[in-house]
Amino acid sequence: MSDRPTRRERYERARRRRSVAIATVSTIVVVGALIILIPLTPGWDRVRQAFFDGDVFIDTFPGLLDAFWLDVRILLWSTPPILAVSLMIALARNTRSPALFPLRAFAVIYTDVLRGIPVILLVFLIGFGVPALGLSRTWANPLIWGSVTLVLSYSAYTAEIIRAGIEAVHESQRAGARSLGMTSSQTMRTIVLPQAFRKIVPPLMNTFVSLQKDVALVSLIGPVEILRQAGIDKATYANFTPYVAASLIFLALTIPCTRLADWALARQRARTGATTIA
Amino acid sequence: MRRSPVLRRIIPVIAVGALVLAACGSDDDASGSADGTLAPTDTASGSTESTDSGSDAGDCSSTIDDGVLTIATGEPAFFPWVIDDDPTTGQGFESAVAYAVATEMGYEGDAVVWTRTTFDEAIQPGAKSFDMNLQQYTITPERAENIDFSLPYFTANQAIVALEGSSAEGAATVADLKDVKFGAQVGTTSLAFITDVIQPNQEPFVYDDNVGAKAALEANQIDAAVFDLPTALFVSGVEIEGSVVVGQFPADAGGDTDQFGFVLEKDSALTACVDAAITVLTESGELDAITQEWMSDFTGAPVITVE
Repeated sequence: MSDRPTRRERYERARRRRSVAIATVSTIVVVGALIILIPLTPGWDRVRQAFFDGDVFIDTFPGLLDAFWLDVRILLWSTPPILAVSLMIALARNTRSPALFPLRAFAVIYTDVLRGIPVILLVFLIGFGVPALGLSRTWANPLIWGSVTLVLSYSAYTAEIIRAGIEAVHESQRAGARSLGMTSSQTMRTIVLPQAFRKIVPPLMNTFVSLQKDVALVSLIGPVEILRQAGIDKATYANFTPYVAASLIFLALTIPCTRLADWALARQRARTGATTIA
Repeated sequence: MRRSPVLRRIIPVIAVGALVLAACGSDDDASGSADGTLAPTDTASGSTESTDSGSDAGDCSSTIDDGVLTIATGEPAFFPWVIDDDPTTGQGFESAVAYAVATEMGYEGDAVVWTRTTFDEAIQPGAKSFDMNLQQYTITPERAENIDFSLPYFTANQAIVALEGSSAEGAATVADLKDVKFGAQVGTTSLAFITDVIQPNQEPFVYDDNVGAKAALEANQIDAAVFDLPTALFVSGVEIEGSVVVGQFPADAGGDTDQFGFVLEKDSALTACVDAAITVLTESGELDAITQEWMSDFTGAPVITVE
Protein backbone atom coordinates (compact mmCIF):
# COMPACT_ATOMS: atom_id res chain seq x y z
CA MET A 1 0.00 0.00 0.00
CA SER A 2 1.41 3.36 -0.90
CA ASP A 3 1.39 6.17 1.67
CA ARG A 4 0.04 8.64 -0.87
CA PRO A 5 -3.57 9.48 -0.19
CA THR A 6 -6.02 8.37 -2.81
CA ARG A 7 -8.11 10.90 -4.68
CA ARG A 8 -11.07 9.91 -2.56
CA GLU A 9 -9.11 10.52 0.64
CA ARG A 10 -7.94 13.90 -0.59
CA TYR A 11 -11.49 14.81 -1.49
CA GLU A 12 -12.81 13.74 1.89
CA ARG A 13 -10.09 15.64 3.70
CA ALA A 14 -10.96 18.77 1.76
CA ARG A 15 -14.62 18.33 2.63
CA ARG A 16 -13.75 17.94 6.30
CA ARG A 17 -11.59 21.05 6.27
CA ARG A 18 -14.46 22.91 4.71
CA SER A 19 -16.82 21.66 7.47
CA VAL A 20 -14.40 22.77 10.14
CA ALA A 21 -14.05 26.19 8.55
CA ILE A 22 -17.81 26.65 8.26
CA ALA A 23 -18.40 25.46 11.84
CA THR A 24 -15.71 27.80 13.14
CA VAL A 25 -16.93 30.84 11.23
CA SER A 26 -20.59 30.29 12.15
CA THR A 27 -19.68 29.78 15.80
CA ILE A 28 -17.60 32.95 15.85
CA VAL A 29 -20.41 34.90 14.22
CA VAL A 30 -23.09 33.63 16.62
CA VAL A 31 -21.08 33.90 19.83
CA GLY A 32 -19.61 37.22 18.73
CA ALA A 33 -23.05 38.60 18.00
CA LEU A 34 -24.31 37.52 21.42
CA ILE A 35 -21.33 39.04 23.22
CA ILE A 36 -21.68 42.31 21.35
CA LEU A 37 -25.47 42.55 21.38
CA ILE A 38 -26.38 41.49 24.94
CA PRO A 39 -24.42 44.31 26.67
CA LEU A 40 -26.12 46.76 24.33
CA THR A 41 -29.56 45.94 25.73
CA PRO A 42 -30.89 48.72 27.96
CA GLY A 43 -31.25 46.47 31.02
CA TRP A 44 -27.84 44.81 30.82
CA ASP A 45 -26.19 46.83 33.59
CA ARG A 46 -28.99 45.95 35.99
CA VAL A 47 -29.02 42.31 34.97
CA ARG A 48 -25.29 42.10 35.45
CA GLN A 49 -25.60 43.66 38.88
CA ALA A 50 -28.46 41.39 39.90
CA PHE A 51 -27.20 38.07 38.49
CA PHE A 52 -23.42 38.36 38.20
CA ASP A 53 -22.23 40.20 41.30
CA GLY A 54 -18.68 39.03 42.03
CA ASP A 55 -18.71 39.95 45.73
CA VAL A 56 -21.99 38.15 46.38
CA PHE A 57 -20.64 35.15 44.46
CA ILE A 58 -17.53 34.95 46.63
CA ASP A 59 -19.52 35.45 49.84
CA THR A 60 -22.10 32.77 49.12
CA PHE A 61 -20.21 30.10 47.14
CA PRO A 62 -18.63 28.20 50.09
CA GLY A 63 -21.97 27.97 51.91
CA LEU A 64 -23.67 26.73 48.74
CA LEU A 65 -21.01 24.08 48.19
CA ASP A 66 -21.52 22.97 51.79
CA ALA A 67 -25.27 22.74 51.30
CA PHE A 68 -24.76 20.80 48.05
CA TRP A 69 -23.27 17.94 50.04
CA LEU A 70 -26.77 17.23 51.38
CA ASP A 71 -28.04 16.96 47.78
CA VAL A 72 -25.29 14.51 46.95
CA ARG A 73 -26.08 12.39 50.01
CA ILE A 74 -29.81 12.27 49.21
CA LEU A 75 -28.91 11.32 45.63
CA LEU A 76 -26.59 8.54 46.76
CA TRP A 77 -28.95 6.93 49.23
CA SER A 78 -32.01 7.27 46.98
CA THR A 79 -30.56 5.72 43.83
CA PRO A 80 -30.17 2.07 44.97
CA PRO A 81 -33.76 1.77 46.26
CA ILE A 82 -35.02 3.41 43.06
CA LEU A 83 -33.29 0.75 40.97
CA ALA A 84 -34.49 -2.07 43.23
CA VAL A 85 -38.13 -0.93 43.39
CA SER A 86 -38.33 -0.13 39.69
CA LEU A 87 -36.91 -3.54 38.78
CA MET A 88 -39.53 -5.22 40.96
CA ILE A 89 -42.33 -3.17 39.41
CA ALA A 90 -41.10 -3.87 35.88
CA LEU A 91 -40.86 -7.61 36.60
CA ALA A 92 -44.31 -7.56 38.18
CA ARG A 93 -45.68 -5.99 35.01
CA ASN A 94 -44.00 -8.66 32.93
CA THR A 95 -45.40 -11.66 34.75
CA ARG A 96 -47.58 -13.85 32.53
CA SER A 97 -49.34 -16.19 34.94
CA PRO A 98 -53.10 -15.49 35.14
CA ALA A 99 -52.96 -15.99 38.90
CA LEU A 100 -50.67 -12.98 39.19
CA PHE A 101 -53.12 -10.54 37.60
CA PRO A 102 -53.49 -8.54 40.87
CA LEU A 103 -49.72 -8.04 40.88
CA ARG A 104 -49.80 -6.75 37.29
CA ALA A 105 -52.70 -4.48 38.13
CA PHE A 106 -50.82 -3.09 41.12
CA ALA A 107 -47.78 -2.40 38.96
CA VAL A 108 -49.89 -0.56 36.38
CA ILE A 109 -51.61 1.55 39.04
CA TYR A 110 -48.27 2.27 40.76
CA THR A 111 -46.66 3.62 37.59
CA ASP A 112 -49.76 5.47 36.43
CA VAL A 113 -50.39 7.26 39.71
CA LEU A 114 -46.86 8.04 40.84
CA ARG A 115 -45.71 9.07 37.37
CA GLY A 116 -48.80 11.18 36.88
CA ILE A 117 -48.41 13.38 39.99
CA PRO A 118 -45.79 16.15 39.81
CA VAL A 119 -42.87 15.37 42.14
CA ILE A 120 -43.28 18.72 43.85
CA LEU A 121 -46.83 17.82 44.93
CA LEU A 122 -45.77 14.37 46.08
CA VAL A 123 -43.06 15.95 48.22
CA PHE A 124 -45.63 18.06 50.06
CA LEU A 125 -48.24 15.30 50.31
CA ILE A 126 -45.88 12.65 51.64
CA GLY A 127 -43.38 14.91 53.39
CA PHE A 128 -45.97 16.70 55.54
CA GLY A 129 -48.84 14.23 55.32
CA VAL A 130 -47.30 10.98 56.50
CA PRO A 131 -45.48 12.43 59.56
CA ALA A 132 -48.69 14.24 60.58
CA LEU A 133 -50.23 10.84 61.25
CA GLY A 134 -48.38 11.00 64.57
CA LEU A 135 -44.85 9.77 64.02
CA SER A 136 -42.09 10.30 66.57
CA ARG A 137 -39.57 13.08 65.93
CA THR A 138 -36.98 10.66 64.58
CA TRP A 139 -39.36 9.09 62.08
CA ALA A 140 -41.00 12.37 61.13
CA ASN A 141 -37.67 13.58 59.72
CA PRO A 142 -38.34 15.28 56.37
CA LEU A 143 -35.15 13.80 54.94
CA ILE A 144 -36.67 10.33 55.28
CA TRP A 145 -39.99 11.24 53.67
CA GLY A 146 -38.44 13.43 51.03
CA SER A 147 -36.22 10.55 49.98
CA VAL A 148 -39.17 8.14 50.05
CA THR A 149 -41.00 10.51 47.71
CA LEU A 150 -38.10 10.57 45.27
CA VAL A 151 -37.89 6.78 45.36
CA LEU A 152 -41.64 6.41 44.70
CA SER A 153 -41.73 8.89 41.85
CA TYR A 154 -38.49 7.94 40.15
CA SER A 155 -39.02 4.20 40.52
CA ALA A 156 -42.28 4.63 38.58
CA TYR A 157 -40.40 6.30 35.73
CA THR A 158 -37.52 3.87 35.84
CA ALA A 159 -39.84 0.85 35.93
CA GLU A 160 -41.26 1.95 32.58
CA ILE A 161 -37.76 2.28 31.14
CA ILE A 162 -36.84 -1.19 32.35
CA ARG A 163 -40.10 -2.61 31.02
CA ALA A 164 -39.41 -1.08 27.61
CA GLY A 165 -35.95 -2.62 27.71
CA ILE A 166 -37.36 -6.03 28.56
CA GLU A 167 -39.90 -5.80 25.76
CA ALA A 168 -37.21 -4.76 23.32
CA VAL A 169 -35.53 -8.13 23.76
CA HIS A 170 -36.82 -10.29 20.94
CA GLU A 171 -39.30 -13.00 21.90
CA SER A 172 -37.10 -15.58 20.14
CA GLN A 173 -34.53 -15.10 22.94
CA ARG A 174 -37.05 -16.27 25.49
CA ALA A 175 -38.22 -19.07 23.24
CA GLY A 176 -34.66 -20.27 22.71
CA ALA A 177 -33.88 -20.20 26.43
CA ARG A 178 -37.07 -22.04 27.37
CA SER A 179 -36.44 -24.67 24.67
CA LEU A 180 -33.05 -25.31 26.26
CA GLY A 181 -34.89 -26.20 29.46
CA MET A 182 -34.41 -22.95 31.40
CA THR A 183 -37.14 -21.96 33.82
CA SER A 184 -39.03 -18.74 33.33
CA SER A 185 -37.07 -16.97 36.08
CA GLN A 186 -33.73 -18.32 34.80
CA THR A 187 -34.62 -16.99 31.36
CA MET A 188 -35.44 -13.59 32.77
CA ARG A 189 -32.34 -13.43 34.95
CA THR A 190 -29.69 -14.74 32.61
CA ILE A 191 -31.03 -14.05 29.10
CA VAL A 192 -33.55 -11.19 29.04
CA LEU A 193 -32.38 -8.77 31.75
CA PRO A 194 -28.71 -8.57 30.70
CA GLN A 195 -29.74 -7.69 27.15
CA ALA A 196 -32.45 -5.34 28.36
CA PHE A 197 -30.10 -3.40 30.65
CA ARG A 198 -27.57 -2.94 27.88
CA LYS A 199 -30.27 -1.30 25.80
CA ILE A 200 -31.48 1.05 28.52
CA VAL A 201 -28.23 2.46 29.86
CA PRO A 202 -28.67 5.80 28.04
CA PRO A 203 -32.26 6.46 29.22
CA LEU A 204 -31.29 5.37 32.73
CA MET A 205 -28.45 7.89 32.74
CA ASN A 206 -30.88 10.51 31.52
CA THR A 207 -33.22 9.77 34.42
CA PHE A 208 -30.29 9.90 36.83
CA VAL A 209 -29.40 13.39 35.61
CA SER A 210 -33.00 14.44 36.10
CA LEU A 211 -32.95 13.02 39.64
CA GLN A 212 -29.81 15.01 40.46
CA LYS A 213 -31.82 18.18 40.01
CA ASP A 214 -35.08 17.01 41.55
CA VAL A 215 -33.26 16.19 44.79
CA ALA A 216 -33.52 19.91 45.48
CA LEU A 217 -37.31 19.53 45.89
CA VAL A 218 -36.71 17.93 49.30
CA SER A 219 -35.89 21.44 50.52
CA LEU A 220 -39.61 22.32 50.23
CA ILE A 221 -40.30 20.42 53.44
CA GLY A 222 -37.53 21.94 55.52
CA PRO A 223 -33.97 20.69 55.00
CA VAL A 224 -31.59 23.40 53.85
CA GLU A 225 -29.85 22.07 50.74
CA ILE A 226 -28.27 24.11 47.96
CA LEU A 227 -31.45 25.45 46.33
CA ARG A 228 -32.79 26.59 49.71
CA GLN A 229 -29.44 28.02 50.76
CA ALA A 230 -29.37 29.96 47.49
CA GLY A 231 -32.89 31.19 48.24
CA ILE A 232 -31.82 32.36 51.70
CA ASP A 233 -28.77 34.11 50.26
CA LYS A 234 -30.87 35.64 47.50
CA ALA A 235 -33.22 37.14 50.07
CA THR A 236 -30.33 38.33 52.25
CA TYR A 237 -28.55 40.14 49.43
CA ALA A 238 -31.65 40.86 47.31
CA ASN A 239 -29.54 39.54 44.46
CA PHE A 240 -29.85 36.53 42.17
CA THR A 241 -26.13 35.74 41.94
CA PRO A 242 -26.46 32.84 44.45
CA TYR A 243 -28.80 31.15 41.96
CA VAL A 244 -26.17 31.48 39.24
CA ALA A 245 -23.57 30.05 41.62
CA ALA A 246 -25.88 27.15 42.51
CA SER A 247 -26.48 26.49 38.81
CA LEU A 248 -22.74 26.24 38.23
CA ILE A 249 -22.42 23.75 41.09
CA PHE A 250 -25.27 21.66 39.66
CA LEU A 251 -23.64 21.74 36.22
CA ALA A 252 -20.37 20.47 37.69
CA LEU A 253 -22.27 17.30 38.58
CA THR A 254 -24.74 17.00 35.70
CA ILE A 255 -22.46 17.78 32.75
CA PRO A 256 -20.10 14.83 33.37
CA CYS A 257 -23.18 12.62 33.72
CA THR A 258 -24.80 13.84 30.50
CA ARG A 259 -21.47 13.42 28.67
CA LEU A 260 -21.30 9.89 30.01
CA ALA A 261 -24.87 9.25 28.86
CA ASP A 262 -24.07 10.60 25.39
CA TRP A 263 -21.00 8.46 25.23
CA ALA A 264 -23.01 5.38 26.20
CA LEU A 265 -25.56 6.24 23.54
CA ALA A 266 -22.91 6.70 20.85
CA ARG A 267 -21.30 3.42 21.81
CA GLN A 268 -24.63 1.67 21.54
CA ARG A 269 -25.33 3.17 18.13
CA ALA A 270 -21.93 2.05 16.94
CA ARG A 271 -22.53 -1.45 18.25
CA THR A 272 -25.98 -1.84 16.79
CA GLY A 273 -24.65 -0.64 13.46
CA ALA A 274 -26.78 2.44 13.08
CA THR A 275 -25.05 4.92 10.78
CA THR A 276 -25.03 8.67 11.17
CA ILE A 277 -26.74 10.62 8.42
CA ALA A 278 -25.48 14.16 8.24
CA MET B 1 -6.75 10.62 8.96
CA ARG B 2 -7.92 9.43 12.35
CA ARG B 3 -7.15 12.78 13.91
CA SER B 4 -9.50 14.75 11.75
CA PRO B 5 -12.80 14.01 13.52
CA VAL B 6 -11.26 14.98 16.81
CA LEU B 7 -9.80 18.13 15.31
CA ARG B 8 -13.09 18.91 13.71
CA ARG B 9 -14.67 18.89 17.14
CA ILE B 10 -11.91 20.70 18.94
CA ILE B 11 -11.35 23.65 16.62
CA PRO B 12 -14.79 25.23 17.16
CA VAL B 13 -14.43 24.65 20.88
CA ILE B 14 -11.09 26.42 20.91
CA ALA B 15 -12.54 29.17 18.78
CA VAL B 16 -15.44 29.67 21.15
CA GLY B 17 -13.16 29.54 24.16
CA ALA B 18 -10.85 32.13 22.69
CA LEU B 19 -13.79 34.31 21.78
CA VAL B 20 -15.31 34.09 25.22
CA LEU B 21 -11.98 34.90 26.84
CA ALA B 22 -11.47 37.80 24.48
CA ALA B 23 -15.01 38.95 25.06
CA CYS B 24 -14.69 38.75 28.82
CA GLY B 25 -11.70 41.02 28.57
CA SER B 26 -13.36 43.42 26.22
CA ASP B 27 -16.64 42.99 28.05
CA ASP B 28 -15.34 44.97 30.98
CA ASP B 29 -14.00 47.64 28.67
CA ALA B 30 -17.22 47.76 26.70
CA SER B 31 -19.50 47.96 29.68
CA GLY B 32 -17.02 50.23 31.37
CA SER B 33 -17.28 52.66 28.51
CA ALA B 34 -21.02 52.07 28.40
CA ASP B 35 -21.10 52.96 32.08
CA GLY B 36 -19.01 55.98 31.30
CA THR B 37 -21.34 57.20 28.60
CA LEU B 38 -24.63 56.14 30.16
CA ALA B 39 -24.01 56.85 33.80
CA PRO B 40 -23.75 60.64 33.56
CA THR B 41 -27.09 60.92 31.74
CA ASP B 42 -28.61 58.53 34.25
CA THR B 43 -27.40 60.38 37.28
CA ALA B 44 -28.14 63.68 35.59
CA SER B 45 -31.77 62.81 35.02
CA GLY B 46 -31.93 61.13 38.42
CA SER B 47 -30.54 64.13 40.23
CA THR B 48 -32.73 66.62 38.40
CA GLU B 49 -35.72 64.53 39.33
CA SER B 50 -34.73 64.22 42.93
CA THR B 51 -33.98 67.91 43.25
CA ASP B 52 -37.37 68.61 41.66
CA SER B 53 -39.14 66.22 43.94
CA GLY B 54 -36.96 65.74 47.00
CA SER B 55 -37.50 69.28 48.22
CA ASP B 56 -41.03 68.83 49.54
CA ALA B 57 -44.05 66.73 48.51
CA GLY B 58 -42.16 65.03 45.70
CA ASP B 59 -43.09 64.23 42.11
CA CYS B 60 -46.23 62.17 42.56
CA SER B 61 -47.30 62.11 38.93
CA SER B 62 -44.76 59.73 37.36
CA THR B 63 -46.72 56.50 37.82
CA ILE B 64 -46.56 53.61 35.33
CA ASP B 65 -50.09 54.40 34.15
CA ASP B 66 -50.95 58.09 33.91
CA GLY B 67 -53.30 59.32 36.60
CA VAL B 68 -53.48 55.93 38.29
CA LEU B 69 -51.46 54.60 41.22
CA THR B 70 -50.79 50.87 40.87
CA ILE B 71 -50.19 49.16 44.23
CA ALA B 72 -49.07 45.53 44.52
CA THR B 73 -49.52 43.03 47.32
CA GLY B 74 -49.06 39.28 47.76
CA GLU B 75 -51.10 36.49 46.20
CA PRO B 76 -52.88 35.59 48.40
CA ALA B 77 -52.70 38.43 50.92
CA PHE B 78 -53.21 37.32 54.51
CA PHE B 79 -55.21 38.47 57.52
CA PRO B 80 -54.72 40.84 59.32
CA TRP B 81 -52.78 42.64 56.58
CA VAL B 82 -55.60 42.37 54.06
CA ILE B 83 -59.05 41.11 55.03
CA ASP B 84 -60.57 38.35 52.87
CA ASP B 85 -57.72 38.65 50.34
CA ASP B 86 -59.42 41.73 48.85
CA PRO B 87 -57.20 44.82 49.16
CA THR B 88 -59.66 47.10 47.30
CA THR B 89 -61.93 47.36 50.35
CA GLY B 90 -59.49 49.24 52.57
CA GLN B 91 -60.11 46.54 55.16
CA GLY B 92 -57.00 45.16 56.83
CA PHE B 93 -53.91 46.98 58.03
CA GLU B 94 -51.88 47.12 54.81
CA SER B 95 -54.90 47.87 52.66
CA ALA B 96 -55.83 50.75 55.00
CA VAL B 97 -52.27 52.08 55.05
CA ALA B 98 -52.04 51.86 51.26
CA TYR B 99 -55.22 53.92 50.80
CA ALA B 100 -54.13 56.47 53.39
CA VAL B 101 -50.75 56.90 51.67
CA ALA B 102 -52.40 57.03 48.22
CA THR B 103 -54.81 59.71 49.37
CA GLU B 104 -51.91 61.74 50.74
CA MET B 105 -50.19 61.36 47.35
CA GLY B 106 -53.31 62.65 45.56
CA TYR B 107 -54.83 59.38 44.37
CA GLU B 108 -58.29 58.66 45.74
CA GLY B 109 -60.84 55.91 45.18
CA ASP B 110 -60.74 54.66 41.60
CA ALA B 111 -57.33 56.22 40.99
CA VAL B 112 -55.85 53.33 43.02
CA VAL B 113 -55.41 50.06 41.12
CA TRP B 114 -54.25 46.80 42.75
CA THR B 115 -52.07 44.11 41.30
CA ARG B 116 -50.33 41.03 42.71
CA THR B 117 -46.67 40.02 42.72
CA THR B 118 -44.40 37.54 44.43
CA PHE B 119 -41.42 38.65 46.48
CA ASP B 120 -39.09 37.70 43.60
CA GLU B 121 -40.91 39.79 41.02
CA ALA B 122 -40.57 42.84 43.20
CA ILE B 123 -36.76 42.67 43.34
CA GLN B 124 -36.12 41.54 39.78
CA PRO B 125 -34.25 43.95 37.53
CA GLY B 126 -36.16 45.64 34.76
CA ALA B 127 -39.52 47.32 34.48
CA LYS B 128 -41.97 46.92 37.34
CA SER B 129 -45.64 46.11 37.04
CA PHE B 130 -46.45 48.33 40.02
CA ASP B 131 -45.71 51.79 41.40
CA MET B 132 -45.38 50.53 44.96
CA ASN B 133 -45.58 47.14 46.65
CA LEU B 134 -46.45 46.25 50.21
CA GLN B 135 -46.50 42.72 51.64
CA GLN B 136 -44.57 43.03 54.91
CA TYR B 137 -41.26 43.80 53.23
CA THR B 138 -38.65 44.25 55.91
CA ILE B 139 -36.29 47.11 55.21
CA THR B 140 -32.66 45.93 55.01
CA PRO B 141 -29.60 47.68 53.57
CA GLU B 142 -28.77 44.67 51.35
CA ARG B 143 -32.19 44.73 49.75
CA ALA B 144 -32.00 48.49 49.38
CA GLU B 145 -29.13 48.08 46.90
CA ASN B 146 -31.54 46.72 44.28
CA ILE B 147 -34.83 48.35 45.19
CA ASP B 148 -36.12 51.49 46.84
CA PHE B 149 -37.78 51.35 50.26
CA SER B 150 -40.13 53.93 51.63
CA LEU B 151 -39.95 55.00 55.28
CA PRO B 152 -41.36 52.27 57.57
CA TYR B 153 -45.10 52.10 58.15
CA PHE B 154 -44.95 49.36 60.83
CA THR B 155 -42.51 47.81 63.30
CA ALA B 156 -43.03 44.17 64.27
CA ASN B 157 -41.36 42.11 66.99
CA GLN B 158 -40.34 38.49 66.44
CA ALA B 159 -42.36 35.85 68.27
CA ILE B 160 -42.30 32.10 68.82
CA VAL B 161 -45.23 29.77 68.14
CA ALA B 162 -45.19 26.22 69.52
CA LEU B 163 -47.65 23.43 70.16
CA GLU B 164 -48.72 22.99 73.76
CA GLY B 165 -46.28 20.67 75.50
CA SER B 166 -43.41 21.70 73.22
CA SER B 167 -39.91 22.02 74.65
CA ALA B 168 -40.07 25.73 73.81
CA GLU B 169 -42.99 26.34 76.17
CA GLY B 170 -42.27 28.41 79.26
CA ALA B 171 -39.01 29.80 77.88
CA ALA B 172 -38.04 33.03 79.63
CA THR B 173 -34.65 33.69 78.10
CA VAL B 174 -32.88 32.77 74.88
CA ALA B 175 -30.79 30.24 76.81
CA ASP B 176 -33.95 28.17 77.35
CA LEU B 177 -34.34 27.82 73.58
CA LYS B 178 -30.97 26.31 72.64
CA ASP B 179 -32.23 22.73 72.20
CA VAL B 180 -35.40 23.66 70.34
CA LYS B 181 -35.78 22.61 66.70
CA PHE B 182 -36.92 25.74 64.86
CA GLY B 183 -38.59 26.45 61.55
CA ALA B 184 -39.14 29.69 59.64
CA GLN B 185 -39.94 31.12 56.25
CA VAL B 186 -37.13 31.65 53.75
CA GLY B 187 -35.92 35.20 53.33
CA THR B 188 -37.61 36.52 56.46
CA THR B 189 -36.02 38.35 59.34
CA SER B 190 -37.51 35.55 61.46
CA LEU B 191 -35.03 33.11 59.91
CA ALA B 192 -32.12 35.53 60.38
CA PHE B 193 -33.30 36.02 63.96
CA ILE B 194 -33.06 32.27 64.65
CA THR B 195 -29.57 31.90 63.24
CA ASP B 196 -28.17 35.21 64.52
CA VAL B 197 -29.84 35.78 67.88
CA ILE B 198 -31.23 32.48 69.20
CA GLN B 199 -28.41 30.39 67.68
CA PRO B 200 -29.97 26.99 68.48
CA ASN B 201 -27.88 23.83 68.57
CA GLN B 202 -29.82 22.26 65.68
CA GLU B 203 -30.00 23.84 62.25
CA PRO B 204 -33.44 25.33 61.62
CA PHE B 205 -35.70 24.01 58.86
CA VAL B 206 -36.74 26.51 56.21
CA TYR B 207 -39.99 26.78 54.24
CA ASP B 208 -41.28 28.72 51.27
CA ASP B 209 -44.07 30.27 53.28
CA ASN B 210 -45.68 30.30 56.71
CA VAL B 211 -47.97 27.49 55.63
CA GLY B 212 -44.97 25.18 55.34
CA ALA B 213 -43.83 26.07 58.86
CA LYS B 214 -47.34 25.41 60.11
CA ALA B 215 -47.47 22.02 58.38
CA ALA B 216 -44.10 21.11 59.89
CA LEU B 217 -45.34 22.03 63.38
CA GLU B 218 -48.32 19.74 62.88
CA ALA B 219 -46.13 17.00 61.40
CA ASN B 220 -43.92 17.07 64.52
CA GLN B 221 -40.88 17.96 62.41
CA ILE B 222 -40.10 21.12 64.38
CA ASP B 223 -40.71 22.22 67.99
CA ALA B 224 -41.40 25.86 67.27
CA ALA B 225 -41.67 28.39 64.47
CA VAL B 226 -40.68 32.04 64.49
CA PHE B 227 -42.94 34.66 62.91
CA ASP B 228 -43.42 38.37 63.28
CA LEU B 229 -45.79 38.91 66.21
CA PRO B 230 -49.02 39.70 64.32
CA THR B 231 -48.60 36.60 62.16
CA ALA B 232 -47.68 34.53 65.23
CA LEU B 233 -50.82 35.58 67.10
CA PHE B 234 -52.98 34.87 64.08
CA VAL B 235 -51.34 31.49 63.44
CA SER B 236 -51.75 30.35 67.04
CA GLY B 237 -55.21 31.83 67.54
CA VAL B 238 -56.88 30.86 64.29
CA GLU B 239 -54.87 28.49 62.17
CA ILE B 240 -53.24 25.82 64.36
CA GLU B 241 -55.36 24.30 67.05
CA GLY B 242 -53.44 23.64 70.26
CA SER B 243 -50.66 26.11 69.53
CA VAL B 244 -49.57 29.05 71.67
CA VAL B 245 -47.38 32.10 71.31
CA VAL B 246 -44.59 31.14 73.68
CA GLY B 247 -43.29 34.67 73.74
CA GLN B 248 -42.10 37.70 71.83
CA PHE B 249 -38.68 39.27 71.71
CA PRO B 250 -38.19 42.93 72.51
CA ALA B 251 -37.41 45.21 69.56
CA ASP B 252 -33.85 45.63 70.82
CA ALA B 253 -33.21 41.86 70.93
CA GLY B 254 -30.83 42.05 68.01
CA GLY B 255 -30.95 40.96 64.41
CA ASP B 256 -32.65 43.24 61.95
CA THR B 257 -35.52 45.18 63.39
CA ASP B 258 -38.57 44.15 61.46
CA GLN B 259 -39.63 47.45 59.96
CA PHE B 260 -42.02 47.18 57.05
CA GLY B 261 -41.74 49.57 54.11
CA PHE B 262 -43.18 49.98 50.63
CA VAL B 263 -41.00 48.57 47.83
CA LEU B 264 -40.47 50.73 44.74
CA GLU B 265 -38.32 50.40 41.66
CA LYS B 266 -34.70 51.40 42.28
CA ASP B 267 -34.34 55.19 42.04
CA SER B 268 -38.08 55.61 41.47
CA ALA B 269 -39.21 59.22 41.27
CA LEU B 270 -42.14 58.25 43.49
CA THR B 271 -40.07 57.22 46.53
CA ALA B 272 -39.72 60.79 47.86
CA CYS B 273 -43.46 61.27 47.38
CA VAL B 274 -44.33 58.09 49.32
CA ASP B 275 -41.90 59.08 52.08
CA ALA B 276 -43.50 62.48 52.33
CA ALA B 277 -46.95 60.89 52.61
CA ILE B 278 -45.82 58.50 55.36
CA THR B 279 -44.17 61.35 57.25
CA VAL B 280 -47.41 63.36 57.15
CA LEU B 281 -49.45 60.33 58.31
CA THR B 282 -46.99 59.59 61.12
CA GLU B 283 -46.93 63.18 62.37
CA SER B 284 -50.70 63.60 62.20
CA GLY B 285 -51.19 60.40 64.22
CA GLU B 286 -53.30 58.85 61.46
CA LEU B 287 -50.85 55.96 61.03
CA ASP B 288 -51.06 55.25 64.77
CA ALA B 289 -54.84 55.24 64.53
CA ILE B 290 -54.79 52.75 61.65
CA THR B 291 -52.32 50.56 63.56
CA GLN B 292 -54.58 50.69 66.63
CA GLU B 293 -57.65 49.81 64.56
CA TRP B 294 -56.22 46.76 62.86
CA MET B 295 -53.30 45.60 64.96
CA SER B 296 -54.31 46.16 68.60
CA ASP B 297 -55.24 42.49 68.97
CA PHE B 298 -51.81 41.60 67.68
CA THR B 299 -49.35 43.01 70.15
CA GLY B 300 -49.84 41.10 73.40
CA ALA B 301 -47.57 38.18 74.37
CA PRO B 302 -45.05 37.42 77.13
CA VAL B 303 -41.59 38.89 76.53
CA ILE B 304 -38.51 36.66 76.24
CA THR B 305 -35.27 38.33 77.25
CA VAL B 306 -31.93 38.02 75.49
CA GLU B 307 -29.63 37.51 78.51
